[in-house]
Amino acid sequence: MADVTLTINGRQTSVAQGSTILDAARKMGIFIPTLCHDPELSTVGSCRMCVVDVKGARSLVISCATAAAGGMVVETESPAVMEARKTIIELLLANHPQDCLTCGKNGDCRLQDYAYLYGVRGSNLTGAVHQYDLETDNPFIVRDMNKCILCGKCVRMCAEIQGDSVVDFTCRGFNTKVAPAMDTTLAGSECVFCGNCAAVCPTGALQEKGLRSSARTWEVKKVRTTCPYCGTGCSLDLNVRDGKVVGVTSCDGDVNGRALCVKGRFGYGFIHHPDRLKSPLIKKDGQFVEATWDEALGLAARKLGSIRNQYGSDSIGVLSSARCTNEENYLLSKLTRAVIGTNNIDHCARL
Amino acid sequence: MTNPIRDIAGADFIFAIGTNTTESHPIIGLQVKKAVRGGATLAVADPRRTGVAELAKYHLQIKSGSDIALLNGMANVIISEDLYNKEFVASRTEDFEAFKAAVVKYTPEYVEGITGIDPETLRQVARGYARAKNGTILYTMGITQHICGTHNVLAVANLAMLCGHIGKEFSGVNPLRGQNNVQGACDMGALPGVITGYQGVGLDEVRAKFASAWSVEQLPAKVGLTVGEIVEGASHGNIKGMYIMGENPVLSDPDAGHVVHALENLDFLVVQDIFLTETAQLADVVLPGASFAEKDGTFSNTERRVQRIRKAVNPVGKARADWEIICGLATAMGYPMDYGSPADIMKEIASLTPSYAGISYDRLEQGSIHWPCPTADHPGTPVLHAGKFSRGLGKFSPVEYVSPDEMPDQQYPLILSTGRRYYHYHTGTMTQRTGSLEVHYGQESLEINPSDAQNLGIGQGDEVRVSSRRGSVVLKACITDVVPPGLVFTSFHFPAVPINRLTNPARDAIAKIPELKVCAVKVESA
Repeated sequence: MADVTLTINGRQTSVAQGSTILDAARKMGIFIPTLCHDPELSTVGSCRMCVVDVKGARSLVISCATAAAGGMVVETESPAVMEARKTIIELLLANHPQDCLTCGKNGDCRLQDYAYLYGVRGSNLTGAVHQYDLETDNPFIVRDMNKCILCGKCVRMCAEIQGDSVVDFTCRGFNTKVAPAMDTTLAGSECVFCGNCAAVCPTGALQEKGLRSSARTWEVKKVRTTCPYCGTGCSLDLNVRDGKVVGVTSCDGDVNGRALCVKGRFGYGFIHHPDRLKSPLIKKDGQFVEATWDEALGLAARKLGSIRNQYGSDSIGVLSSARCTNEENYLLSKLTRAVIGTNNIDHCARL
Repeated sequence: MTNPIRDIAGADFIFAIGTNTTESHPIIGLQVKKAVRGGATLAVADPRRTGVAELAKYHLQIKSGSDIALLNGMANVIISEDLYNKEFVASRTEDFEAFKAAVVKYTPEYVEGITGIDPETLRQVARGYARAKNGTILYTMGITQHICGTHNVLAVANLAMLCGHIGKEFSGVNPLRGQNNVQGACDMGALPGVITGYQGVGLDEVRAKFASAWSVEQLPAKVGLTVGEIVEGASHGNIKGMYIMGENPVLSDPDAGHVVHALENLDFLVVQDIFLTETAQLADVVLPGASFAEKDGTFSNTERRVQRIRKAVNPVGKARADWEIICGLATAMGYPMDYGSPADIMKEIASLTPSYAGISYDRLEQGSIHWPCPTADHPGTPVLHAGKFSRGLGKFSPVEYVSPDEMPDQQYPLILSTGRRYYHYHTGTMTQRTGSLEVHYGQESLEINPSDAQNLGIGQGDEVRVSSRRGSVVLKACITDVVPPGLVFTSFHFPAVPINRLTNPARDAIAKIPELKVCAVKVESA
């Protein structure tokens, strides 16, 4: 496909035909703020944050939905653009709780980022303010529609990636609200709590319940790993604070992109559950008593060794684990075959 | 899987048999939904009207265990209507004539008598798959957990070869594997007949190679016992000691009452796990392992993609990474085993395993790799069997329908099938302890058709006792037409509902997989 050449902020660039002005700017490393745009989702151009000045155009244009054209001359931070962006932020803040001090998304909120970036300290605009109830009737997601800026990313994520279309825009005008059918709670809908909507929400409207109540966004260290549940192998980021896994967030996985299911995103609580085994145990008179590693491994080695010596290697059976790593399965196969001396090793592949 | 997960979205015909993809593999389900949104045709064969069946153009609501008749019937239509891929059959396969002869009798009308599927619908699905540019077949345990599980898989492979839907993008024969690293556990030789990369223990050169690398004089040549056979051996006293790492056969294996008896019969049982599972409670020694968040390593997913897991936190208490525990036990048994890190173990694996030879932690830092990956500069192999099958020519294997081992009778008039729920996982050891999943989905129920419920005088939410010849459990009834008359269904995720006390341990003769999808039961008010 032919390239088109345009000028952005005085610099020329060439992009493939069909690219947007936003694509071209990002390719050049020029920042343009967006709220409703997401490269994986369809383009709706509703938030207007990405407006730019195009020479000769009748008004500011939205860069996420305007194709780059040959000879186009674009300014991304002209006075008109800056004023428009400030006004958009002011309009949003006029009907947005300013409780950043306690909001779980503080530090990871696009609205907050842009208010800071453009120096919008609040809103002089006064008018009606939504007073929706906080939705907390499920264990996964806290839904605060007062913080919703109607970017529609959650709507598109649910329809275009998750494929469930549980939520959509309801009502009109100021009363517009994202909701499941019949304006039920998520728990009362067909929602399967994959949380993929929360993963793309730019504000605090959709928050992961456990994660956002356990750590400020800047307190967590993210560790990229692979989900421990089914065989799909989704990549995810463990969010760690003070040596504890406090939540899971999406990354851009080779298999799954940003999508996770309810188990991958919300099924991490077992890691620090009080029932976890914390010490080797030896059964004495029918009761488990705590033991040292040396005692437990020594006893296991002696018993397995004596059974092998007395009854032969094939009198021992080993079950390895589809839950453990490749390296661990390899070592257990090695131990079974080289040390115990039997091929009696299997795992639950058939179950 | 012969093909990567993302290929599913590019198929124009998806045939999903014995897989409730959207519930058991939700993220793979997203690819199915994407394909359907893009206009692909989805046909689902399943006795239950599952979530994925709801998305399908064709739901073939077959009778439990009638898969071979259905698959042979599709082949019959494709051959008799001359829709098969003659070029592929001629150049890439062998034994077609024997296969053709075997499916002659599986006319749609004959198949209807076994499967309950209307002949015209069967014809339409067969034509759709055969005529598709790219047809893909997905399956899971609904195909394999039968006494004819291996033959079911062969019947699937026959169909794919017949239409040439294998060895290319967006197609293939794609078993969706159920556990995070079940593929890797198989790859690593946690199987009785093979060491890493499916190198057979019966081959002298294989044993010699490993014996040399492992510094032992010799390795055992006799194929070992499978899970079920080990448990059977324990009950008869032939197996005296067991070492179980990260498995919970007391809840996961069929005829669970018998499993408990067998494990109690052992002289010595050591269990290594992260919780005191129902199995660990029977142990003489319990070794506390580490969860996936507490150690480094790799998992191999269902599409043979090797990926890193990374240590995010320290093991709780005195728990240790499982690889360290195995090293400790081997050393205590007089075989010093010492590795600096899992990366070093992977080096050893790669040196002994042709399909993993090019895989290293350094490379995995740059991204995941599909095996086979024979050299350090090989990009990996997302699509298997392109141009040539592993064995050379693809072999058609004629297979015949056989009835499930235990069919309903007057005393046990219903079929019980078991499977998974979206919110839980396997025996629930992890998902029952998350603070969220078990809060949202906290109780298991038995799906039963309205007509059966009415006949038995059972109301919605009533406590019912479901019993087989081997055991019984009590749970709530969920009256729903997700299950057809004559079939009841529940999961094995809830320790309070140990449904595997009821299931049938009858096994496939080749793969030794138990027939967990069919057993005869009765249901009564509790």
